[in-house]
Amino acid sequence: MSINLENLNALQIDVLKEIGNIGSGNAATALAAMINKKIDMQVPKVKIVEFKEVSTLLGGEEIPVVGILLKIEGDITGSIMFILDHKASQVLVNLMMGKNAEDPVEFDDMQVSALKELGNIMAGSYLGSLSMLTNLKIISSVPVLAMDMAGAILSVPAIEFGKVGDTVLYIETEFTEGSTKVQGDFFLIPDVDSYEILLKAIGVNA
Amino acid sequence: MNATEINIIVKVGMADLKVADHPCILTTLGLGSCVGVALYDTKTKISGLAHVMLPSSLQARNRSNIAKFADTAIVCLVEEMITKGANKNSIIAKLAGGAQMFTLNEMSDIMKIGARNVAAAKEILENLKIPIVAEDTGGNYGRTIELYSEDGRLFIKTIGYGVKNI
Repeated sequence: MSINLENLNALQIDVLKEIGNIGSGNAATALAAMINKKIDMQVPKVKIVEFKEVSTLLGGEEIPVVGILLKIEGDITGSIMFILDHKASQVLVNLMMGKNAEDPVEFDDMQVSALKELGNIMAGSYLGSLSMLTNLKIISSVPVLAMDMAGAILSVPAIEFGKVGDTVLYIETEFTEGSTKVQGDFFLIPDVDSYEILLKAIGVNA
Repeated sequence: MNATEINIIVKVGMADLKVADHPCILTTLGLGSCVGVALYDTKTKISGLAHVMLPSSLQARNRSNIAKFADTAIVCLVEEMITKGANKNSIIAKLAGGAQMFTLNEMSDIMKIGARNVAAAKEILENLKIPIVAEDTGGNYGRTIELYSEDGRLFIKTIGYGVKNI
């Protein structure tokens, strides 16, 4: 059976949105606990867009972003990626480390490590929600981080999605700490064979 | 004529391909594990650029976008160039991209896709008897490339790894 994102029905999209909502909510709570500050979160936007449009939505193919990738194992396999733009990664590093961070390409080891941990917590919270809602066993790997052009980082999820269709599914979340807004994007990238398991588990198999 | 002066810049998106007459600059931004296949007819100065994502259309479940796969994209690119008046015998190729953006030992398939894309592109070009005169592939960083029709040079930009012409 071939499932691709183009032929998901409205109910399936709603369920994926709701998972995105709960997952990002937990992620925001985890983030607040980590930096010991109150974090507000906007309702996340779940988008299914052609990969040609994705980097435009993030501000252009050439803008520097931080990508944190974790592999998913267990009942479903695939990967999850958390993307932060230049400004967001600076803001978050500053919040976590209590000092001013330089340009992302010049983050030092400690700052990179803090960002990895952030990705770990965010992805972990998201996957925790997904696991709870689906009753599927989902384990994530140690995070790996890369800082580069948005297009280059996004090529990784885009290629995986490319095996089944011409679109990607991503969840845009916006967090606010005080007057500071931070946008982060999640890409949940199930392996080809895991789509069916995932949709079956949430009870909306096509 | 100088393409920058007359401003004919043609953008090639992800899983996309374009062919253009001289003068022009074909560009694709932020290549990661994808591969940019730049073809150039040294006689007519007709150029073509493909931004391919996957090595082969044969394993794909959805083949509707031929520009996505190295095998179908390169064949299509050559055909479109010939339709425009290019001579297959004077077409040369340059490759860029195919990076491994994330490094983790246990991540097998998802990680090696860049190298597999490069290998597939080379194989297709070899079958078509199109010589690869230069390449800037691999590594762990993204690239923006610009193919200049005036002399066929491929300009490569990176974040933190400098710029070069190949």
